[in-house]
Amino acid sequence: MMTRPGKLRWALIIAALALLEGACRLGFVSRQTIIAPTAMAAGAWQALGSAEMRGHILITLASVAQSIGLAIVVGFAVGAALYRLPRLRRTLDPFLASYYAVPAFVFYPVFIVLFGLNRWPLVAIGFVFAVTAVIINTLDGLSRVPRGVRRTAAVMKLTPLQHIFFIMLPAAAPWLFTGAKFAVVYSFIGVIAGEFVLSGAGLGHAIAFAYNSFDNETMYGLMLLLFLIVGGINMQLWIWEQRLYARRGGY
Amino acid sequence: MPGAVDIDPAVPAAEHARSRGWSALADTVLLITGMLIVWQVATLIIGHEVLTSPLETARRLSAIMADPDFPAHAWETGRAFGTALIIALAGGLTIGVALGAHRLSGQVAAPILVALYSIPKITLYPVILLLFGLGISAKIAFGVIHGIIPVIIFTMNGVRNINGVYFRAARAMRLSGMQTASNIIVPAALPEIVSGFRIGFSLTLLGTLIGEMFASQRGIGYMLVKAMETNDVATVMALALFLIVLATAASSVLLVIDRRLHQSVIAQSGDSQ
Repeated sequence: MMTRPGKLRWALIIAALALLEGACRLGFVSRQTIIAPTAMAAGAWQALGSAEMRGHILITLASVAQSIGLAIVVGFAVGAALYRLPRLRRTLDPFLASYYAVPAFVFYPVFIVLFGLNRWPLVAIGFVFAVTAVIINTLDGLSRVPRGVRRTAAVMKLTPLQHIFFIMLPAAAPWLFTGAKFAVVYSFIGVIAGEFVLSGAGLGHAIAFAYNSFDNETMYGLMLLLFLIVGGINMQLWIWEQRLYARRGGY
Repeated sequence: MPGAVDIDPAVPAAEHARSRGWSALADTVLLITGMLIVWQVATLIIGHEVLTSPLETARRLSAIMADPDFPAHAWETGRAFGTALIIALAGGLTIGVALGAHRLSGQVAAPILVALYSIPKITLYPVILLLFGLGISAKIAFGVIHGIIPVIIFTMNGVRNINGVYFRAARAMRLSGMQTASNIIVPAALPEIVSGFRIGFSLTLLGTLIGEMFASQRGIGYMLVKAMETNDVATVMALALFLIVLATAASSVLLVIDRRLHQSVIAQSGDSQ
């Protein structure tokens, strides 16, 4: 059973698509600018049928997955370390807060020279984009573990390992999950941006290539696929996240 | 770890804050020094061709800034960023207040906004170019699409969490919609709005620069992409340093305002403990 806002949301999305479809079919919008949603879907379907395009998509997904994994592991470790070093954390705070104002992919050429012309510079860019969000959310989660819970752990004389696994991790879980969610978002942004700028393969490269060869159907088809992939993953993560916070009695 | 960290020393608040202010400044200086040392060591390990040293980068930056073309590029970026920021903040505030005040619209829009926030907007650059053409309007549009969504989301959440009594008071005083928005909603949700502005500021700058990298022949983003293409690492590093310093400074100021507002709200509502 769908809720009322849910129904309205779908109605709104369908109405917007229908409006765009009509505007395109009736020629209010130039075909060189935007193509009808059904044409986009056809382009997406065609792209899925081509082995070359599937290759681009898979290679992007593989790089994104590597970058997410690295960002979560390293970001979590750094976040936990900073939590134990409050003075360093206080000093670092304004730098973490302004981190996303700097377009990190300007360092892409540096990574290319470092790692060579392969997929690693892209993984590195995704990682650099994602890791800070994980650090920030790890810190946020660990510092929100209620004092009473930590005191109880001290009273029960838990060992440091027990303290981590029975107290800190479960209590901070929603925020750690938010960090992981941002790792997914930012890894996609970083890898795709890198592929746009300088790369010979991947979804970002394929979109840029279609644009440069005036192949609007392929371009919009690939964009649609990308948005469906990213949007789908994110909606699912968002739903799980809301559940986690609800269980935690979020504040 | 637990126990010792929890106990606050009984120092008078003002004195405590002052001494912490000074030591915080010292810590920041220490941290920046540490970062410069790490950077220098990294340069020595991986080589000057890949990563220029701090001193070389600073020299290169002063050379770029002394260049007669630089003010025009900086002005171009500043103009595009300023316009985009005004549109993103004003538009985001208006939409956020409207969505926050009307419960059903907010529920309908929230997941859509989250999905829009998460898509890599860089892929939209062909669409933006096709719609706006090359030039400053494409850059501004790029800045706005990056910056406006977080401002909407933060404002909306802030407005939603306003105490319902305030709205009833507004109705009792027969305030018009505009009056309610400007006299009740915005002041009550100000801390969240400022948090949203802070994120919006960062992302608008990022968006404007990305726009310049793809859709422009002028501006700092264009200088960056040109240096990237010619593999001019010294220029890339110098421009990155320039942006990092500016963005961090602006963001720190906003962060201080942000924290003050959140603290004063907690103090007023009396539930700080």
